[in-house]
Amino acid sequence: MTFLQSPAVRVGLSISVATGLYAISFGALAVASGLTFWQTMVLSLLLFSGGSQFAFVGVIAGGGTGFAAMSAATLLGIRNGVYGIQLNALLEPRRWRKLVMAHLTIDESTATATGQTDAGEQRRGFWTAGVGVFLLWNIFTALGAVIGDAVGDPKQWGLDGAAVAAFLGLLWPRLKAFQPAAIAVVSALVTVLTIPVLPPGLPILAAGLVAGVIGWFQRERIPEGMAPDIEPYPEPYSEHDGEHFKAATPDGGSTHKGRGTQ
Amino acid sequence: MNLWIWVLVACLLSFATKLLGYLVPAKLMKNRRMSSVAGALTIGLLAALTVVNTVASAQTVVFDARLGALAAAAVALVLRAPFLVVVIVGAVAAALLRQAGWG
Repeated sequence: MTFLQSPAVRVGLSISVATGLYAISFGALAVASGLTFWQTMVLSLLLFSGGSQFAFVGVIAGGGTGFAAMSAATLLGIRNGVYGIQLNALLEPRRWRKLVMAHLTIDESTATATGQTDAGEQRRGFWTAGVGVFLLWNIFTALGAVIGDAVGDPKQWGLDGAAVAAFLGLLWPRLKAFQPAAIAVVSALVTVLTIPVLPPGLPILAAGLVAGVIGWFQRERIPEGMAPDIEPYPEPYSEHDGEHFKAATPDGGSTHKGRGTQ
Repeated sequence: MNLWIWVLVACLLSFATKLLGYLVPAKLMKNRRMSSVAGALTIGLLAALTVVNTVASAQTVVFDARLGALAAAAVALVLRAPFLVVVIVGAVAAALLRQAGWG
């Protein structure tokens, strides 16, 4: 099987392109929020988690402190720890690979890997999405930061509207059932009610705390948000991925037989 | 300069969080309660971030062009637009509403 015939690689690449382009708005927003070019780049290179990066910049843009920005980013990144637990059990990396994989552990790489059934495909999916998103995310962050500096007031271009849309887009695929939707509504209410009384940034943490407590007492299992932030297919990815891979296998299978490589 | 410290702390904690997951024995993953908390937390934080970015201006709640961006993005999502299109729709809606003189 050649590299590009792997369904996991195809999913990984499409996710990489979609996510990578999206980094333009992160770069522009970060600079518009008052971060320097290199602070923006360090976030993409070293923090490397889209939701957390937008959270950091969002808090700063709202007038929040660096501490509040860091706290929001860290809380939002907790799910990456959960992903790490799953990927560690799935791929069993050793030594230095564990460190590199940890850094590349994000929604996209996790979703691409866990969407596969074959162990080799899981591995290819993780590395394609992980490395692909990392490269494009950083290239387009730089581009966005440079462009953002040149365009002047980002509000004129609706870039704050882009952030609103992006967060709704991240939240959307997680609202497939009643319970997650209810948690989102409660969290939104807590946020609106605490904005006037808490320092900027802290309403996000208050909502997170309330949601976490709800999760603790929840009887039914709440989806962990394993659906990718960027859906490579027009229909929901997590519900149909099996069919996609089944559809892709006959092609790959016949190629194998023809070449006698397997 | 002060912001640099928090940028670097955030980066450090991000990597630590990720690595911590890889150091947890696979057995603990089976704990339903913990995965439930993580799932709820993610949803709560994303909902809060959406709200803050839509209506917060420092410590006041304001309704401006960003509300239009939210509505436009929701319509795009209902129509199953790709993520990138959703983001662009949000930006265009906010820009147009400002051009029209709102917010």
